[in-house]
Amino acid sequence: MLEATDLHVTFRSGGDTVKAVRGVSFAVAKGESFGIVGESGSGKSTVLRAICGLAPTTAGVIRLAGTPLAAPRSPDFYRKVQMVFQDPYASLHPRHTIDKVLSEPLAIHGFDRREERIEEALADVGLGADFRFRYPHQLSGGQRQRVAVARALILEPEVLLLDEPTSALDASIQAEVLNLLDRIRAERGLTYVMVSHDLAVVAHMCDRLIVMQHGLAVEELTREALAAYRAETDYTRKLLSASEGYTPAEAP
Amino acid sequence: MTAMTRREWLLSDRPASRRQARAGQAYRTWLTFRTNWLAMVGLGIVLALILVAIFANVIAPYDPVLGGDLRTARFLPPMTGDHLLGTDDLSRDIFSRIVHGSRLTLMVVVLVAVIATPIGLLVGTTAGYFGGWTDTILMRITDIFLAFPRLILALAFVAALGPGIENAIIAIAITSWPPYARLARAETLTIRDSDYINAARLQGASSARILWGHVTPLCLSSVIIRVTLDMAGIILTAAGLGFLGLGAQPPQPEWGAMIASGRRFLIDQWWVATMPGIAIFIVSLGFNLLGDGLRDVLDPKARK
Repeated sequence: MLEATDLHVTFRSGGDTVKAVRGVSFAVAKGESFGIVGESGSGKSTVLRAICGLAPTTAGVIRLAGTPLAAPRSPDFYRKVQMVFQDPYASLHPRHTIDKVLSEPLAIHGFDRREERIEEALADVGLGADFRFRYPHQLSGGQRQRVAVARALILEPEVLLLDEPTSALDASIQAEVLNLLDRIRAERGLTYVMVSHDLAVVAHMCDRLIVMQHGLAVEELTREALAAYRAETDYTRKLLSASEGYTPAEAP
Repeated sequence: MTAMTRREWLLSDRPASRRQARAGQAYRTWLTFRTNWLAMVGLGIVLALILVAIFANVIAPYDPVLGGDLRTARFLPPMTGDHLLGTDDLSRDIFSRIVHGSRLTLMVVVLVAVIATPIGLLVGTTAGYFGGWTDTILMRITDIFLAFPRLILALAFVAALGPGIENAIIAIAITSWPPYARLARAETLTIRDSDYINAARLQGASSARILWGHVTPLCLSSVIIRVTLDMAGIILTAAGLGFLGLGAQPPQPEWGAMIASGRRFLIDQWWVATMPGIAIFIVSLGFNLLGDGLRDVLDPKARK
């Protein structure tokens, strides 16, 4: 479904060049849930941004259903691929009501039955119709992230890119949003590409994952291998032990 | 609907329609604004200016252009007979002239705002959003306009186009948009890479749609504040052009021109120049207070 071959992303500003992604390849099958993990600055979010055209692809090819993606992306691409951002406090326009947030993509792509679609989208993410005309500042973080998911789903995409969708939420709400995403994927047969620094979240959500460090993919793992701690590189082992949580140093 | 339920309807957490959401938002803004009494004074002055301009014919007891008897009614001091603010050198009632002059002042203010604000917003948001060459070219043009002293550039325009209130308005509008462009550009730069703009891009929104629907609403409040605060300056520039004889032409009752004609008698008949001066002062003060209050309400950065 989605395939990246030898992907490079280099940012240039002034005399500085930052090689954020240095040759990452992966392939995601239709209906699969694929994870990208790594520490901060490993380039995992940049991979997602490169897929949807927000970051420049300096070398390599990204294919969607076999066809290489053109830059800038076509309107058709946005029908098929949508993204949920990390911070729900920054991803909703502060002066737009939820209604406006959801109706705009429908207007851009000329959808019919807009009223019904907005109500369905809200119901799908577990928000009642009385949320429809509120402003983002009247919602909690979890509710905002549900709106962001509804916005991504309203165009009925085939691929959903998730950029740490729960890292800005507190633990109890994290589980709610993850369960919501799981349910929607099961119902609609969506393909997920999920970025996270949290191995527990990825292990819960994804069938397969790659581990990134310094812009390179250091290891590819399946969910089973992860559950059995069969990591091959030191870096992944370190991430794994870090995800166990805080262990106090033994007293001397 | 009683007053209580209307208030509840406006402040509802669960608006049921687009209209109710918008009205509720406006009502909350109004509630914050109302607590600032200085801003309310400013709003009162501006509303009074508008009302006086609309009902000038009813309020003014005399004709603003035709004077009375030149032998007996020249330079009558304030409170003589029914000349509330006295008469000038051509026996015209100063109060009536000031009342009719409010129309000219209001016209200058409204037209400059209507011409300069959209130009500034368009140039600023476009430059900020696209960046690169577009930004460089648009902002250098803005710099060129900013480099001219305002009154001097206005003088040059009026000299080229001929004196008159319309040309003065055009001249002031042309010289007042660059600060708005700068402001709108700065606001745009802070939001153009934010997630909600990226989200709009990912939905396939065109640049025009993003600029108009997403960027402009966020720049609008700071530009409105700036325009309101500049109104005092615009009135003063218009009055200055009038004073120099390049704005409104006699016998139009423009406040600046009235001061200019009263200047010659300042020592002996002080009221001829002073009364329009006080009018300019009050209206400028009103716009400044209103702008200050609007900043407290609309500018998220200044919110306590």
